[in-house]
Amino acid sequence: MTYHYIRPEVIANLSADDPFAGLKAQATRHAYAEAIIELAEENPNVVVLDADVSKSIKTNQFAEKFPERSFNFGIAEQNMMAAAAGMATTGLIPYVSTYAVFASMRALDQLRNSIHYPGLNVKVAASHSGITPGPDGVTHQAQEDLSLLRAVANSTVIAGADSVTTKMAVKAAADWEGPVYLSFTRDPVPLIYTDDFPYQIGKAVTVRDGDDVTIVALRDLVMHALIAAERLAAEGISARVIDCHTLKPLDEETILQAARETGGVVTAENNVIFGGLGSAVAELLVENHPIPMERIGVRDTFAESGPYMDLIHKYGLTYPHIMDAVKQVLARKTPVTA
Amino acid sequence: MTEHELKQKSIAYRKTILTIINQCGAGHTGGSLSCVDILNVLYNAVMNVSPANFDDPNRDRYIQSKGHSVEALYTVLADRGFFPTSGLDTLNTYQSHFIGHPTRKIPGIEQNTGALGHGLPLAVGIALSAKLDERPYRVFTLLGDGELTEGSNWEASMTAAHYQLDNLIVIVDRNTLQITGPTEDVVALEPLASKFEAFGYAVRSCDGNDVGELQRTLSDVPFAPGKPSLLVANTVKGKGVSFIENQVGWHHHVPTADELTQALGELDRAQQLLKVG
Ligand SMILES: Cc1ncc(C[n+]2csc(CCOP(=O)(O)OP(=O)(O)O)c2C)c(N)n1
Ligand SMILES: [Mg+2]
Repeated sequence: MTYHYIRPEVIANLSADDPFAGLKAQATRHAYAEAIIELAEENPNVVVLDADVSKSIKTNQFAEKFPERSFNFGIAEQNMMAAAAGMATTGLIPYVSTYAVFASMRALDQLRNSIHYPGLNVKVAASHSGITPGPDGVTHQAQEDLSLLRAVANSTVIAGADSVTTKMAVKAAADWEGPVYLSFTRDPVPLIYTDDFPYQIGKAVTVRDGDDVTIVALRDLVMHALIAAERLAAEGISARVIDCHTLKPLDEETILQAARETGGVVTAENNVIFGGLGSAVAELLVENHPIPMERIGVRDTFAESGPYMDLIHKYGLTYPHIMDAVKQVLARKTPVTA
Repeated sequence: MTEHELKQKSIAYRKTILTIINQCGAGHTGGSLSCVDILNVLYNAVMNVSPANFDDPNRDRYIQSKGHSVEALYTVLADRGFFPTSGLDTLNTYQSHFIGHPTRKIPGIEQNTGALGHGLPLAVGIALSAKLDERPYRVFTLLGDGELTEGSNWEASMTAAHYQLDNLIVIVDRNTLQITGPTEDVVALEPLASKFEAFGYAVRSCDGNDVGELQRTLSDVPFAPGKPSLLVANTVKGKGVSFIENQVGWHHHVPTADELTQALGELDRAQQLLKVG
């Protein structure tokens, strides 16, 4: 079996002209909104804090169901974040919902000093992560959130590839003691995984076997990594794909093993190349097993408005770019002499 | 410009706003319609700013803090000749500079906005510079009412009063709605005028969709010597189109082809009435 936990219809589509066509898709922010209701039914300590974007994230459905456990702070993200810290000191498990730009940047001071420093049990539910909020432009595109959160001590940073694993993450976060940052897409992304996906925070999952190179991807670029791998196979290149849904703590063991076995690595993230997945993997490899590596990510630039797929393509994040990066890595691999 | 001409412009602007939002399939309809009369009066009757003097350090400055209502701003700037109206056809399209929030890449726009809570502190900075440089220009900034829960507004207000920034004019688009409902249900703002007074502003209010009242009020700034001015512009979100007015959902609802036809019809009739009257 080359693929693991991938839905058959997804595999069947990977080499199609449009590999996204016909696949069931959902924005992962909406998977969060569904999961948080299920979670709240089981766990009475779960509360949801909003900042006037609950219609977009759909946590307004939580508010209807649990009006007394839902708090709309209005457009006041810093206030909301610090209030979440206060609630956590009493034993509640606040899920703070807003757009990733505001969660990770407007309220970063509160997040660092009032939540991570004391190690409080606050979960941040950050939608519109990466450059997925196409039409809204730069002010709403959180292309740095994963890097910023990764830099904060004691952080846990999660970026699920689809609705299936996003729901698992939302629930796993409640059982994880301490702050968790969950990042979601604004735009619909295909449902990739079957329900038996072995979700564990901090445990990366090999979703495609391969020997020549490893593609380590997270969130919306996992699908692109799978498409790239399938197309590379047609060219005789065997690419392993790892879904690194937890950026931090990084699953060093799984990534190092893949690095040793395949001898080349490409990282893929819809996030800046500074300080995110590419940096984390590069640091790991340089210190333990230096091998050729390329990073797919947003370069030193801001984006603009436009449809999601056009934008991520323009900024070099789609499967053709991953395929090119793989070939660059292969060209730099030391030829194995028999 | 006469009040009658301003009224004509407001109707024409509303038509453009609805048309371009329909065309590009995204935009902030309600907030653009609520603030367009304010922009009309500022750019056509109050501020000393035009394409001809945009590089003059003495020009009046306008900072739109509620950046999401960018369609109103683009429409008025195009009409004032800052760029050809054809630019609006590319709104929000891939690789266009006309994106969903204001940027300085567009002629006539002073500052990138869109993350709420930045405009007032920005305007305070510009007003402080004017004082330091002993220049006569004024700084106008437009805030949403929902936006007022951002604490930065209140921090900036204290700075403005402390430095006696009578060259600063803050206008609040008081349409009483934000995305998730009426402001008074989400996080109550009232008593708003007295809050601003307590923070050191000279406060006035007027009908923010009445160009005549707006022109008279905004021509009278500063409202008091040595104090920043604050105008509570009482507006109707979605103003000018019966089925858009006061509807929370129209914050960023995009008019369908049918809705556009109906809306343009209503505005045509308003235009005819204006001609007769
Ligand atoms: C800091 C920040 N938080 C959230 C948003 C998302 N957002 C855009 S418009 C809006 C509501 C604005 O309401 P209001 O200020 O009343 O504007 P208006 O009614 O004039 O459209 C929100 C929450 C944002 N742009 N910036
Ligand atoms: Mg409002």
